[in-house]
Amino acid sequence: MNQTSRILSTYSADAFGVASSLFELGGMVIIHDASGCNSTYTTHDEPRWYDMDSMLFVSAISEMEAIMGDDEKLISDIVTEARKFHPRFIAIAGTPIPAMTGFDGPSVAMQIENLTGIPSFGFNTTGMKTYVSGAAMALRDLAARFVRKDITPKRDHYINVLGATPLDFSTNGQIESIVKLLTGNGWKVNCTYAMNTTFEAVENMGCADVNLVISSTGRDTAKFLKDTFGTPYLEAVPYGKEFSRKVLSSLEKLYNGEGTDIFETKEAPSDGCFLIGEEIAALSLSEALLLETGRSFRILCPTNDGPLLRSTDRYTPYEDDIVDALSGAETVICDPTYRNILTEKARVIDWPHEACSGRIYRKYIPNLIGDISDISEKL
Amino acid sequence: MLRKVNGIEVNIDPIPIRDISFPSPFPAGLEFSSPARGTWNIAHQGMLIPQAHEIFVCAASCLRGVVLTAYEMRAEKRFSTVAVEESNLIEGNMEDLIIDGVSHIIDELPQKPPCVLVYTSCVHHFCGCDLDMVYRELRSRFPMIDFTDCYMNPIMRKSGRTPDQIMRSRFYSLLKPKDILPGSVAFIGNDFSTAKDSTLYKALASAGIKIYELTECNTYEEYQEMARAEYYIVDYPSAKVGGEDLSERLSGKLLYLPFTFTYKEIRENVRKLSEALPIVLPDFDAEEEKCEEALASAKELIKDTPVAIDYTSFTRPLGLARLLLDHGFNVCRVYADAFIGEEKEDYEYLCEKHPDLEIWPTLSPQMRFAADHQRSDYLCIGQKAAHFNGAPHFVDIVENGGLYGYQAVTKLCELMEDAFINEKDIRERISKKAWGCESCI
Repeated sequence: MNQTSRILSTYSADAFGVASSLFELGGMVIIHDASGCNSTYTTHDEPRWYDMDSMLFVSAISEMEAIMGDDEKLISDIVTEARKFHPRFIAIAGTPIPAMTGFDGPSVAMQIENLTGIPSFGFNTTGMKTYVSGAAMALRDLAARFVRKDITPKRDHYINVLGATPLDFSTNGQIESIVKLLTGNGWKVNCTYAMNTTFEAVENMGCADVNLVISSTGRDTAKFLKDTFGTPYLEAVPYGKEFSRKVLSSLEKLYNGEGTDIFETKEAPSDGCFLIGEEIAALSLSEALLLETGRSFRILCPTNDGPLLRSTDRYTPYEDDIVDALSGAETVICDPTYRNILTEKARVIDWPHEACSGRIYRKYIPNLIGDISDISEKL
Repeated sequence: MLRKVNGIEVNIDPIPIRDISFPSPFPAGLEFSSPARGTWNIAHQGMLIPQAHEIFVCAASCLRGVVLTAYEMRAEKRFSTVAVEESNLIEGNMEDLIIDGVSHIIDELPQKPPCVLVYTSCVHHFCGCDLDMVYRELRSRFPMIDFTDCYMNPIMRKSGRTPDQIMRSRFYSLLKPKDILPGSVAFIGNDFSTAKDSTLYKALASAGIKIYELTECNTYEEYQEMARAEYYIVDYPSAKVGGEDLSERLSGKLLYLPFTFTYKEIRENVRKLSEALPIVLPDFDAEEEKCEEALASAKELIKDTPVAIDYTSFTRPLGLARLLLDHGFNVCRVYADAFIGEEKEDYEYLCEKHPDLEIWPTLSPQMRFAADHQRSDYLCIGQKAAHFNGAPHFVDIVENGGLYGYQAVTKLCELMEDAFINEKDIRERISKKAWGCESCI
């Protein structure tokens, strides 16, 4: 039956995707929720909570406020704190009850902006979709609002990296490794949107000649930048040595105005090898493993039904589907929580994903940028 | 104190106790969540019922915290979820979703549990879900399984009973009537076992009285044996309504003996117990003398070190501040967003005798910037106080920690001395959920 999980975890939700993607940009993010979302996000999904004083709060909506549609209380509370803390922007993310009561996030944001003069966003997240949808809309809308339109691509190997959040890349140096790989190969990284970057770099994203989209959370931003500046983009994570070369080569082709198709494998054989993860990361790792080991993997993607998924891959948000798909699995690369549904016959290679298991396996998340030996040697 | 926020200096200030309004010192508004995670949540608490299986029916954002709670406490095999999606709200098929989802999960379980705790959430309350029908149907489909209705609906926290009060009642709703064992007692509503050397437990055990406690049960049958208790002892304030519910439903009698640091109240509580049960009254004067000695010894060691207390450590933070201040300790700060009514007398006493005692919130947005990232010399009681003060010298305890009576005073003095001498890794300690519970973190 769809929607039930006997034992599998629940992926991080859309409202947390908003919070995670905007965490480092100097704004004030309010999850419009009674209480639980605050500690859930900050405990399980936010490795930066203890070390960075980012402003993330919940509205603490009560039963009567929800029944009466009392948005004035929310607006007043946000305006009060905004006047104290002077955030660069304000973002409100909805959850199930605001979704039920027809909370109009964009209109409330407009009122707050009128009262404070601070750019404000209202995201109609519902708490019922995965982090991918929330992070994607937050990153895109923020870019649409703040990226300067008066600059153009520099034609000097400038690049943005789009779709960086700890939910997909933790805080174990993967983003730094991507930057190192790019700069070591002649690229000038303007912005890693939105980790380890500055707000000024976000404003200057139009200067890039190419965008590298490292998770599906960055896809909509890439489309916006393409529509606005004509900037081409590549969707890939430079995992492993061979695939990294391919990524660099593809970026160069895009820079030179040539087309590229980085994921050449259109179908994966049905030989019982599976890889479970976010669309772009999973496909990139699959391609990297094919290049270095000759092994190909079918993708099971529980986070989003993305356009890159091949005919042999599947969008599988539900446990029963995943159990069925993996019933004859020989080798599965996945978050360790999936071990609970795999038979003893299956060889399992752990690939912890923070958006799935939160902080539990954080210290075991491998940095596969330019080197996939942590996975390939176990095959 | 001044803290820089986005390059601007912001004042972050407490309120002296003389100026607060009791019991809610701070206005309601946006809320911050400190990284201190030691208190228990409803997923931890439900697991105290042996062999119980928890099924949460909520949206993904609500499921995320509890499913990972279960994983972190290595109880994922006793935990399942049914995800509410937008289509369920639109189509109005919430009852079907719960019935079919819970049934499917039970069918898939390798072993049928004796009881299932079904947790519904805020959305069910708001969409008028017919939970009575849902549970009727589930009980009819699975007559060998006991079901109870549990709730994860924090939006109701200001509407009558708090979610914490409700859940500390629901965890005993599965008890079925049994023949009463005369003269026996059950501790109700605690997350921790009552310490064997606590004033209450010692008095009961030395009189040979049978004691039941949820935290000591290993099987569902043992849990059911709690229904034999003649008296239900409640010492945790938010469990009082659970005790009342139980005494209404079964034939046991409630003895509310609230946790306290006040000698007079401890005496009253023990006397109340002695009126119901044949216990031997302790030598109150001797017990109090031991407390005084322990307090003097701790004071001798700790001297004028500033002390901060937070509300997660003990249910009576003001009572604790009063006890320590009266014994010469330099208590400077109390962290609490609200006080229970039982603290009124301590509040009034402190307003008169120690009007400058600082009262700090923990949920206010300003507290995002209050944490002292520099190591401080404070001796803290409670994880939140330790976090906000950057104090490696702290007593790591939550929800009274199973202490009670005079023993709570002497044990606390021991813990304070130990904390004063030995440092703890603040981050490592406070990041674990549910103090005292198994954790893979």
